[in-house]
Amino acid sequence: MRSRTSVVVKYFLAILCALLFLFPLYVLLNTSLKPFSEVRISEMWIPAQHISSEGFVESFSKLRGNLLNSFLLVIPVSFFSILFGSLNGYVFSKWKFRFSNLIFALIIFGMFIPYQSILIPLVQSLNKMGLYGHLKGLIITHIIYGLPISTLMFRNYYAKLPDELLEAGMLDGLGIWGVFRRIIGPISAPATVVVLIWQFTSVWNDFLFAVVITQKPSIQPITVALQNLAGSQVIEWNVQMAGALIAAIPTLLVYIFLGKYFIRGLLAGSVKG
Amino acid sequence: MYCPKQETRKGLLVVLPLSAVLFVFVYGFILWSLKVSFSAWDGILPNMNFIGLENYRRLFSSQRFVTDLFNTLYFTLFFMVVCIVGGFFLSYLLYSRLRAEALFRTIYLFPLSLSFVVTGVLWRWVLSPEVGVNALFHMLGFKASFGWFTSTQSFGKFNYALISLIIAASWQYLGYTMAMFLAGLRGIPDQIIESAELDGAGEFRIIRSILLPMLKPITFSAMIVLGHISLKIFDLAYAMTGKGPAFVTDFPGLFMFETTFRGNHYAEGAAISIIMLLLIALVIIPYLYSTFRGEET
Repeated sequence: MRSRTSVVVKYFLAILCALLFLFPLYVLLNTSLKPFSEVRISEMWIPAQHISSEGFVESFSKLRGNLLNSFLLVIPVSFFSILFGSLNGYVFSKWKFRFSNLIFALIIFGMFIPYQSILIPLVQSLNKMGLYGHLKGLIITHIIYGLPISTLMFRNYYAKLPDELLEAGMLDGLGIWGVFRRIIGPISAPATVVVLIWQFTSVWNDFLFAVVITQKPSIQPITVALQNLAGSQVIEWNVQMAGALIAAIPTLLVYIFLGKYFIRGLLAGSVKG
Repeated sequence: MYCPKQETRKGLLVVLPLSAVLFVFVYGFILWSLKVSFSAWDGILPNMNFIGLENYRRLFSSQRFVTDLFNTLYFTLFFMVVCIVGGFFLSYLLYSRLRAEALFRTIYLFPLSLSFVVTGVLWRWVLSPEVGVNALFHMLGFKASFGWFTSTQSFGKFNYALISLIIAASWQYLGYTMAMFLAGLRGIPDQIIESAELDGAGEFRIIRSILLPMLKPITFSAMIVLGHISLKIFDLAYAMTGKGPAFVTDFPGLFMFETTFRGNHYAEGAAISIIMLLLIALVIIPYLYSTFRGEET
């Protein structure tokens, strides 16, 4: 199975595939580092002759506020997703009650629905609550629709903990919440990191909720602002590519430094009990 | 496990309010959308006249929506095939324990951390007819004139413009199936493979008779995940191509968004969204049922 020729062929194929995957990234970097005068249609593939910060300076000045909005969005959503997800997941994993499996399955289905199917009532409701067009409305939306996946991830993690751990706590006179605070909470770090990363990346990358709920450019998150920047008629490709890179950097960094947890979240997202 | 009633009840104090909020926002809102889809509401006047299935009838007789459904079908099909075949291929390369495996894995997976909007903006530049890979082929001396996402040619109901979107989406999601398959491959006990090798089975025989059959459940999960992503596709098309000439790259998600929030035809938008929901429910409900049925006690 591991003869020498086949190993050589595999390296060759692996490197070839890696180049194909990196190729758009080359275009992104190369174009974003060119001065506008060099961004000519026929020369997109040619390496930048003069490295220029023009594209980055301009796109950053345009996107700075939106970048901040994205952070203001992602931080509270991640916090509440972890809080609610861990409480919910704990009860669903260890405390069976009537219809608990049915309720759980109904919650999980909420993860798969196309959000278009709740968009119109959502806009109406946020409007009535005075939250439409505000970052607060977007935050609440993401917390609510993030509940299924964060509950699922915590539940799957807690389900693997031995029951004896909880029973020992119960015998010591701790109630359901005492066990959570003293025993479950302190060993929840692995699941917490996974949920944090998952929610950070999916909320950061969201476009549909953001474009529908935030109309004013000053409160739009980065994805919407990037699309607006790219949608304008003037073709400043260096600025657009730099903008795309700026929008991508936070999640890329998360992925590069916490890749292990990122993959774990990914696999958990495919509903493996 | 040991579990006194009054303690379980305390747990319900957290679970029930959270579930109630979610149920209103999911199931309550779906019913609300359903009601809107049966009306003639334009989003401004409070005209909620019940017109039955009229919106649905109009949709299915509209050129745009029929095109959207075919686009969804073909996009889903090719996206799934490319991701599953390609994902297995990549995972198999890594399964052979190449040196620098971690680096390869990182490279194959990184697009997944990006937003569809970033992917869309990027690939619009890479595949734009005058600028992109066409220009690269020109540089290398080939004549290339494929219009990519501006192409209006088609084969039957398959619009060639979709190829651009399939490439971009697969670039982003290939790593996902690779990660799933790799986890599956690493879970197969070494002894099984070693004993097959001792019996003289070659590499292809092992793939065909051992690896592929054992990966079946994972392939199924991957199909579900990829399928529900492609049935909902919106951001990528919005950022990369828009609806395209003659709706060659239009999808129900895009149609719904434009109709509702740009055209103020709320009732029609709601009807589109309900059809999208039904398409996904068809895939997801059997899947959830089979996943959670085993756990009922």
